[in-house]
Amino acid sequence: MAIGNSTDLDRAQTADLLELYPNASARRRRRRLPRSPKVLIGLTGLLAFLVLAVIGPWIAPYDPSQTFSTTVSFPQPPSAAHWLGTTQQQQDVFSQLLAGGRSTILVAFVAGLIATVLSVVVGVAAGYFGGLADDLLSMLANLFLILPALPLLIVIFGFLPPSQGSDDVLIGLIIAITGWAFGARVLRAQTLSLRTRDYVDSARITGERGWRIIGFEILPNLIPILASSFLFTVLYGVGTYTALAFLGLVNPNHVSWGGMLFYAQVAGAEQSGYWWLFIPPGLAVALLGTCLALLNFSIDEFINPRLRAAGLSRRRARRAGVTGAERLPRRFVLGVTPVLRSVPPAGDHRGPAGENLSHGGTR
Amino acid sequence: MASGLTRGPAVYAISRRIGFYVLTAIAAVTITFFIPRVIPGNPVESVLSHAQGQIITRQTLHALQLQFGSNTTEGLWGQYVHFWSNLLHGNLGVSTSNGMVPVAAVIRGALPWTVGLVGTATVISFILGTLLGILVAWRRGSWLDTLLPATTFFQAAPYFFLAFLAIDLFAIKLGWFPPERAYGQLDFPAFNWTYISDVLDHAILPALTIVVASAAGWIIGMRNVMITTMDEDYVLIGQAKGLPKRRVVWYAARNAILPSISGFSLAIGFVVSGALLTEIVFSYPGLGFLMLTAVQDADFALLQGIFLVITLGVLVANLAADFVYVFLDPRTRQEA
Repeated sequence: MAIGNSTDLDRAQTADLLELYPNASARRRRRRLPRSPKVLIGLTGLLAFLVLAVIGPWIAPYDPSQTFSTTVSFPQPPSAAHWLGTTQQQQDVFSQLLAGGRSTILVAFVAGLIATVLSVVVGVAAGYFGGLADDLLSMLANLFLILPALPLLIVIFGFLPPSQGSDDVLIGLIIAITGWAFGARVLRAQTLSLRTRDYVDSARITGERGWRIIGFEILPNLIPILASSFLFTVLYGVGTYTALAFLGLVNPNHVSWGGMLFYAQVAGAEQSGYWWLFIPPGLAVALLGTCLALLNFSIDEFINPRLRAAGLSRRRARRAGVTGAERLPRRFVLGVTPVLRSVPPAGDHRGPAGENLSHGGTR
Repeated sequence: MASGLTRGPAVYAISRRIGFYVLTAIAAVTITFFIPRVIPGNPVESVLSHAQGQIITRQTLHALQLQFGSNTTEGLWGQYVHFWSNLLHGNLGVSTSNGMVPVAAVIRGALPWTVGLVGTATVISFILGTLLGILVAWRRGSWLDTLLPATTFFQAAPYFFLAFLAIDLFAIKLGWFPPERAYGQLDFPAFNWTYISDVLDHAILPALTIVVASAAGWIIGMRNVMITTMDEDYVLIGQAKGLPKRRVVWYAARNAILPSISGFSLAIGFVVSGALLTEIVFSYPGLGFLMLTAVQDADFALLQGIFLVITLGVLVANLAADFVYVFLDPRTRQEA
């Protein structure tokens, strides 16, 4: 539903922009996002992984926990019967690889979803209401940001009885608790800047209620940032879940890529050259992470066009004879405000994408 | 006179941060206190089942029950006060997997390894990553841009996967470095050159893994800020004036590095987490390795102790970054 809103908004804005800037043709605008190889690679890769998560366990040639031999005690290298060899327990690595994606991706997306909801609630509330609520909520976010997450998770999972270590949703929830703060901070900063825009003021004056303003005026304009922080948290969830499974803190018999790495370590794979035990799952995690990160970069560049390598820097733009006015509309694609006005210089050099790093003078 | 005017706000900024860190430390202790009480299960029972064959005195048992809040008659507030008073006396409990030695002593043995490894690797990766970030931003649009996807891959890959690869390639196949532990099987580790070079030899591979994995974040952060800074008017003026390109970049970089330093607090947690995993792969005898053995042996007092020590370390590192920031950025000294 939220996505539907955003396209409507974009369309309305394109119309607006076309009226004022005939040069910013719809053709150029539409092509911008999919044109970048980063988006294409990231999106195709992510879709492939999502498909794998759904069909992986079904297309696996064998049952991932099936033991093929009780007499052989060493991992067998790849062969025609077992494309990626076998584990120390003589299970098929290729089947485990296909089946292990489901749990990894499920946990990561559950973590991303819960963390994003948390970050919206905390971040937008802090930014919109300001005052004491802002102080307290910001402090909470900063606190969770600074606490080292993995040690905290190790403590939590250390105390958790092993019987509960294989519930994907529970694991996702616990990971989300340590991963929401970053998004909350970025969302708060953007909400702070949106709150003072004219159209929000006018909504307030016409008597719209607080939650309606947040839901219908502010939230739709936060969608790019929301998407970016969602992807970031999913990425975090993939890494964290893999790490926890690798440490054996979640039930390693629950097939996942991290669990495969756990058994690789148990078998001494890196010391004995059993590369087929750790390269496939490690590569899968790394590729999934790369796809997510590439998509995230593209969204960052979408929010802050200056980061685009292919985009025009000021100097090159001038050389190409493009005037400032023509470059301006790029800023508004984000949908920050349909009312055109010159970009405020203060907010400009510290765009939302860069906010995560800058504290300004209060620091 | 100028220094008298400017010192006040700086002290204010720093003391605000210190206040926040103290609060964070209190929160960390409180979280540590509540975790065993909120999570279902009986920690004391698992400690006892793992500590078979060791003599657990009535006194130790009582202390464990108080620490984890099971089978104790003391109220929740009483337990909390007791927890704090123990901490403030430097008493983190006893390590049931290390023959009932105080937790503090066990941690003291492992801490130098982690501080040495993580500290060195973090500093190297910060410097290297920042310099590379400047270079990538400066030469935007050149082949250096291909560095970004590559570093993204290294960052997306789990630290310990890189560690696996490093061991397989450099330690086993090429035999350049020892594959595990922090020093060789010396009978009596003495503080002489043989021992030191042995330690360094063992530290290179894990440190390299941490650097390669964590430099990507600094590169991207620095590049992004640097690109925006290069568009500033003062950079244009510098160029128009005919300053050498190197000098212009230096001016821009000095300003662009500030967010990297204040972003340190975000990064240090990731680096520490990754370093703990690296330690585990390399069987490096630091806090990460100790933490894993503590989980496996249900040594919960040790687990809690390590978490608190790591948190404290992260807070101290942040405070150091804050001092550097206030020192570098005059704006923090001008207005509160």
